[in-house]
Amino acid sequence: MMRFYRALLHLYPASFRAEYGEEMCAVYKRRRTSLLSAALEVLRNAPAVHWDILRQDLRYTARTLARSPGFTAVAILVLALGIGANTAIFSVTDFVLIRPLPFQSPDRLVALWEKLPGYTHMELSPANYGDWKRMNTDFEDMAGFTTWQVNLIGQGAPERIKGALVTGNLFAVLGVQSLLGRPITPADDRESAPHTVVLSYGLWQRAFGGDSGVLGRKVNLGGTPTVVIGIMPPQFSFPDQEVDFWTPFEFPEAAFGDRNNNILNCVARLRDGVSLQQANAEMNLIADQLRRQYPKELQHTGAIVDRMRDDISEQRRLLLVALAGAALCVLLIACSNLANLLLARALARQKELAVRTALGAGRERLIRQLVTESMVLALLGGLLGIALADIALPLLIKLVPSLPLSGAPSIDLRVLGFAAILTLLTGVGFGTVPALRAGRGDLSGLREGSRSGGARKAGLRSALILAEVTLSVVLLISAGLLLRALLRVQSINPGFRSDGVLTLQTALPMPKYLAQAKRTAFYRRVLSEIQALPGVSDAAYISFLPMTMGGGIWPVNIDGKTLDRSEGHSASLRFITPGFFSTLKIPLLAGRNINESDASDNPLVAVVSESLARRYWPGQSPLGRHFNFALFDRTIVGVVGDIHVRGIERNSEPQVYLPYQQGPDAALIFYEPQDLVIRASGNPRLLLPAVRRIIHEADPEQPISDVRTLAEIVQDDTAPRALQVRIIGAFAALAFLLAGLGIHGLLSFTVSTRSSEIAVRIALGAQPRNILRLVLQDSFVLATAGVVLGVALAYVAGRAMQALLAGIAPADAATFLVAAGLCFLMTLVGSLVPSLRALRVDAITAIRSE
Amino acid sequence: MALKSPSPESFLPLPAATFHILMAVAEEDRHGYAIIQDVAARTGGELKLSAGTLYRSIQRMLEQGLLIETEERPDPEFDDERRRYYRITPFGAAVAKAEATRMSKLVKWARALGFA
Repeated sequence: MMRFYRALLHLYPASFRAEYGEEMCAVYKRRRTSLLSAALEVLRNAPAVHWDILRQDLRYTARTLARSPGFTAVAILVLALGIGANTAIFSVTDFVLIRPLPFQSPDRLVALWEKLPGYTHMELSPANYGDWKRMNTDFEDMAGFTTWQVNLIGQGAPERIKGALVTGNLFAVLGVQSLLGRPITPADDRESAPHTVVLSYGLWQRAFGGDSGVLGRKVNLGGTPTVVIGIMPPQFSFPDQEVDFWTPFEFPEAAFGDRNNNILNCVARLRDGVSLQQANAEMNLIADQLRRQYPKELQHTGAIVDRMRDDISEQRRLLLVALAGAALCVLLIACSNLANLLLARALARQKELAVRTALGAGRERLIRQLVTESMVLALLGGLLGIALADIALPLLIKLVPSLPLSGAPSIDLRVLGFAAILTLLTGVGFGTVPALRAGRGDLSGLREGSRSGGARKAGLRSALILAEVTLSVVLLISAGLLLRALLRVQSINPGFRSDGVLTLQTALPMPKYLAQAKRTAFYRRVLSEIQALPGVSDAAYISFLPMTMGGGIWPVNIDGKTLDRSEGHSASLRFITPGFFSTLKIPLLAGRNINESDASDNPLVAVVSESLARRYWPGQSPLGRHFNFALFDRTIVGVVGDIHVRGIERNSEPQVYLPYQQGPDAALIFYEPQDLVIRASGNPRLLLPAVRRIIHEADPEQPISDVRTLAEIVQDDTAPRALQVRIIGAFAALAFLLAGLGIHGLLSFTVSTRSSEIAVRIALGAQPRNILRLVLQDSFVLATAGVVLGVALAYVAGRAMQALLAGIAPADAATFLVAAGLCFLMTLVGSLVPSLRALRVDAITAIRSE
Repeated sequence: MALKSPSPESFLPLPAATFHILMAVAEEDRHGYAIIQDVAARTGGELKLSAGTLYRSIQRMLEQGLLIETEERPDPEFDDERRRYYRITPFGAAVAKAEATRMSKLVKWARALGFA
């Protein structure tokens, strides 16, 4: 009974127990209340006592912190930067990599891809989609979609909107309901079904004013009257935020025979109890089976099943993981720096603490007081950090790839929870060591002129500084490697000149411009008027701008043989107007340019890129050769330089350019030139009003979209990388500042504790040189050890992010040397003031004070 | 550790346990269990302070300067080594007086309204 009561008393703070425990036991012994009521009584009172002590400690903390506002401000700022950086990066990482997708049982949703040589992921051909769907047993259902764009006409200004063509079961596979009306169902995607559309909440609000009367009404989608059957809820976004409507595929059955046209994205729902591995195994079996059945078309075609949540490129993932690692480094450095500051303070307060111990404050009370203090600091730092993260977040938006998630990363409850845990760990992290040290509570601090504990504490502080130096070297080297990678990527010639070029899109709606002559008239009128504008040196139209659309790939057939597409016998198809090469300054290497005489009734011609010519006619002139491409036989009349169609860092197929007038009337309308490029001698943006007017006069119903400069497009291609380098660079700079401050603090401390030793040495005739060596030795030993450890860790980190390094070696000597050099420089700067102070130690005063 | 001495009124209204403890030590120094007994006797058994409430209150009252621990043992023969004795401070007495004044005023007003 008594033992139970004694155990209960452990719920009270130790200091309270030590003070009153015995008496409480005595009272309990006399009273003999029931165990239950004793337990209830303790449960009621113990938290109250804890609260009393906490209040007292908080008051004390407030006074202590207010007494040294400089220290408090620096501590809070350092913590805020550490916690803020981690919180901001976490909110992006969580949004991109962790947060479950907003669909029913999202962990069972998978994305399916074809695996082809030269591609990590390839969309499905309709025929393969049909077979995979029919043959599998592991999926509840499988759906397909592809994105497209149309002009929305008749709802205010004509607008170019992005949408998705979906199979009828897509909404059921995702498990989502519409907000109003109904989603698309399998009945809608038959060829005979009426044209229907489901609108996004955003488009419904923007173009239709949120009027529910729009349900059942016909709207003009790219010239096709289409019935609105449903509105999706605001949080629905698929496959990414830009998609504003969904229409059913109206595939003719024949389309499902095509195995070369890889246009379908595919999502599927795993059956209960089927693992991702099982699904992958089954899909590989099916791919094998199909390969045997269609050896020519599918010789190298495999299958990939990814969890939909993980369907993000490895590079994007690595980018974020590297940032999270860097942010964590900053926080660790901030923690060790603060632990150091607190140790120094604890030392300065040794007398105060010793007095309090002597006055009867138990060790536990002291630790508790110090932990309260570090927790208060951490909490204030955490609050400021969250505010900083909130400010920083919009700047990180370029790190977010397109995802089926609505909204953007924000500081929500999840992120706040993360920040809270981080703050708690931080407080414990930097508070515990100093508190335990201080809690040893020897009374030697009371001795007159006491210098006790110096050596041991300096050892601990050195270890903390070593950690700081090491981590900052890791950050510096990582930042250096990534910067070199960025510079290398940015120095890659995209194959065209991006400066001074304005681009915009005027996608011609199709029944209206179905006749070639009508399109030609539009292009000619617009281009000739734009070319006449002052400041314009050239202008042209192309199907799709480089780096904005990687697709449009067709198989290349030479001499009547169908070449195996999976061995990379394919090229990107673009229709252009004559001025395209000169507008983008793509060099003409042989033969002639496309020109106005390449009309539809003349022989079909093509200009190809150098790599295509080299592949099929190595060492020979490709001019005059024939090849079959995009439905027809074409003659090569010119060779131009290759460009990076798919973006700087990806391999691109060779390019084939066809004259704009030789696009057939009904087929290939997807490839009709829609992107306008204008080279200006001055700022290209200034041309915009005149260009808008010209297009409006040519066709008042024609929307203009995607106005950008070509330089922006090229820049966007490496924007996530550039942003990552800037952030890690900033982290590295911060880490270095903190480490430098740490070294400064440690040396100041050493100099002041060893001032009598230094004085004796000076008195005995030591030269300034000797004194300097004495002081600097410590910091340079630390710096050297930090560089050695840091270099080793940085190499490991570099290996881990090799995929981001664009071919820069993880052990890049130049980067490592610069980082080491900077580290020693930082050590020197950090040591400067304490060293000078050591030199100025006045022998007489220092010795007398002993 | 209190830097500025607060006014007795700033403690009002006093928690019931605190007021009773002050009354229990008003006449003589008492140890914890004696305080519990005194309070129980004074209230005819209506208020039985638990050990937790008692010592929590005592700790606060010591910090607030309402009580002090005494060195003298009033009754050495029956004294138990581990017992601590508590004595009311002049400030504690002032606070108790202020509380009593507050309460009697309250009772007077209640009477005027026919509540008692």
